[in-house]
Amino acid sequence: MKKSLIRGRRGLAAVALLGAGALTLTACSGSSEPDSSDSADGGGASTSTEFTYLGQTQNTTIVGTLEALEADQCAAAAEGTPLVPDAIDGTTWDQQLQVYAANDALANMSMAAGTPSLMQDFISAGKVLNLTEAFAELGIEGKILPAAEATLKQLYNSDDLYALPTEYNIEGFWYNKQLLEDNGVEPPATWDDLVAAAETLDAAGVQPFVAAGSDGWPVTRLVGNYIFRSLGADALQKVADGEASLTDAEYVEAADAVAALGEAGYFGAAAGSVDYNTAMNQFLTGGGAFFYMGSWALGNFNDEEQNQIGADNIGYLPFPEVEGGAGSIDEVPANAGIPVMFTTANYTDDIGEWLTCVTESYGDVALAEFGQVTGFEVTEIPADQSELTTLVQDTIAAASGSVLWFEAAFTSEGTTVSQTNGGGLASGNLSGQEFMELVQAANGG
Amino acid sequence: MDSVFRNRTAAVVMLSPALLVYTLVMLVPILWSVTYTFQSGNAITGFEFVGLDNWIKFFGDDTAIDALWFTLRYAIVMTVFQVATGYGLALLYMFFLRNRSPLVRTTIFFPVILPTVAVALMFSRMFEAAPTVGPVNTILQWLGGDLTDFLGTPSQAFWVIILMDVWRSMGFYAVLLYAGLVEIPNEVIESARIDGASGWKLVRRIVFPLSLPVLLSALIFSINGTLKVFDSIVALTNGGPGSATTPLTLYMFRTSFAYGQYGYGSTVAFMLTLLCLIATIFVFRSMRRDVTTS
Repeated sequence: MKKSLIRGRRGLAAVALLGAGALTLTACSGSSEPDSSDSADGGGASTSTEFTYLGQTQNTTIVGTLEALEADQCAAAAEGTPLVPDAIDGTTWDQQLQVYAANDALANMSMAAGTPSLMQDFISAGKVLNLTEAFAELGIEGKILPAAEATLKQLYNSDDLYALPTEYNIEGFWYNKQLLEDNGVEPPATWDDLVAAAETLDAAGVQPFVAAGSDGWPVTRLVGNYIFRSLGADALQKVADGEASLTDAEYVEAADAVAALGEAGYFGAAAGSVDYNTAMNQFLTGGGAFFYMGSWALGNFNDEEQNQIGADNIGYLPFPEVEGGAGSIDEVPANAGIPVMFTTANYTDDIGEWLTCVTESYGDVALAEFGQVTGFEVTEIPADQSELTTLVQDTIAAASGSVLWFEAAFTSEGTTVSQTNGGGLASGNLSGQEFMELVQAANGG
Repeated sequence: MDSVFRNRTAAVVMLSPALLVYTLVMLVPILWSVTYTFQSGNAITGFEFVGLDNWIKFFGDDTAIDALWFTLRYAIVMTVFQVATGYGLALLYMFFLRNRSPLVRTTIFFPVILPTVAVALMFSRMFEAAPTVGPVNTILQWLGGDLTDFLGTPSQAFWVIILMDVWRSMGFYAVLLYAGLVEIPNEVIESARIDGASGWKLVRRIVFPLSLPVLLSALIFSINGTLKVFDSIVALTNGGPGSATTPLTLYMFRTSFAYGQYGYGSTVAFMLTLLCLIATIFVFRSMRRDVTTS
């Protein structure tokens, strides 16, 4: 009797201990309760209590536009389903998105993954809403500019649309008109002309190129565009498909051409240490003649406080042709910035209502409030629109086609290795061959 | 009380909460991570068994080998400098500064408590070449040298990292080793002095052998800490220029979380664990013999 009582007490103690442990662990774990009605298949349950948006702290345009929409065009959608925005740092964006996506915890709307291959994984895993189908269901087709839609489909290698183009940017060389005029340099149309112009400017004591070498991409963009001009618009897709290698002589030629500019010191001293803001400031204070950049920089160009050289003094130059190359100068390097995606988890009729009003009104509001050129249809052109913004819109309209960027079809690893080594080309520390070997190896050999 | 400790059930009941927590937060993730080394994929695309592919890939991956080599180089150089400067400072506290040492000790220890990111920002400004010229380059130019992009040149970036981390950590090792030195009985030192030992001879013949146990502890601390270096390098160079200053930890982080290759990332992590284990066993075996008897 006594023994069984003791055994019983021990058992009770053990159960109590396990229970306490389990309670502690439960308390430590996060809640898996959804905020809104679940519909993991995107099939559209009825309601949601909030419309969540997750963006990068560095980007205030998207969240600002959404807040403006909530107060006006999307007021009806926001009734009962208010906008709940949140932001996290963009430097580890893809990593954080992966964690959210793996746990079906993505916000209703969020900025898309920066690496296209990661977006393709999300699409394959059914994490991201098929917007082509959603638009057909909601009856809002034709609100996205065909060029922007084509760019996004090409980017994610898909026949359907999976992200909204909250930006639509063209890229090219922006140049300081005054510096070119003072030194008798005409805006170059070919790569050889560009190199000759750089030589003239350098001899006159003017830094020919401004580039954010520490960010890498402003330099690798030059390599990619050279390849598009010399080998044609599908040259980098061939690399991604395994039909060609970056270490092939005709590809290395592009990296060598850029490395030669770095070796000649045309990107300035310590080019590998210059970051985005520094480069922007350098160009806008007259510190260099040519600045390869996307049209998202119009906000900086149009800001009188930042732009000391004057908006009228900035010209746009499409990436020059490579003589004898298969590409055309009319194929404009374009991108949709970081577009936004909707998650299939928690997609309800209420979220569909938000999707409708965002698709119908985002373009007008972003242009009016922030001067942002988007890939949405625009119905009202602001009266005070700057000349540079009009120039960008005209260039988009006149382009015969678009090309993506160097890393667009690469793996996450290929993209990182390319961009972390891009600065080496600008500072002259890396030869074209070395650069291409590194990127090709990271891309899967 | 003795009867409580002799009671197996009581011991199990008392140990089990800690053991349970330890198992859940340490052993399970470690074993989980080991199983990942035989798989490829991630939480989004799903996992696939690939056998030893990740291991074969590691030994054929130039970036991984470079990261391994960088990690070893960093660990060896840092351990030598950390422990040597720490020991030098401890001797300074012990034999020269004596009563004035608390102020100096506090001043030298101060960088240990500073946030790594703040220290890295300070060093990146000190060695900056563009857009503004930092104090180091200013001095170099004043002396007639050229503007040098320290953090943009692989070999120089390595030494800037070493300089920063030695500055940050030498105070800690100085205090650690000083604690060992003050344990040496005064009588031994006094009798050595009476026997004619002084200066370098005293240090080499008496102080050094008697402080070997604490020196070896410092070595274990240092090697294990430096093999796992992450934050200071991320904050100062982020592994660059290119991947010239990328240690295994950063490569593991990138592989797993940026490239979405959890299996390969776990393999890199396992290699790092093996490296730490080998280093620890090596130092531990050295400690097993009584160094003061020879």
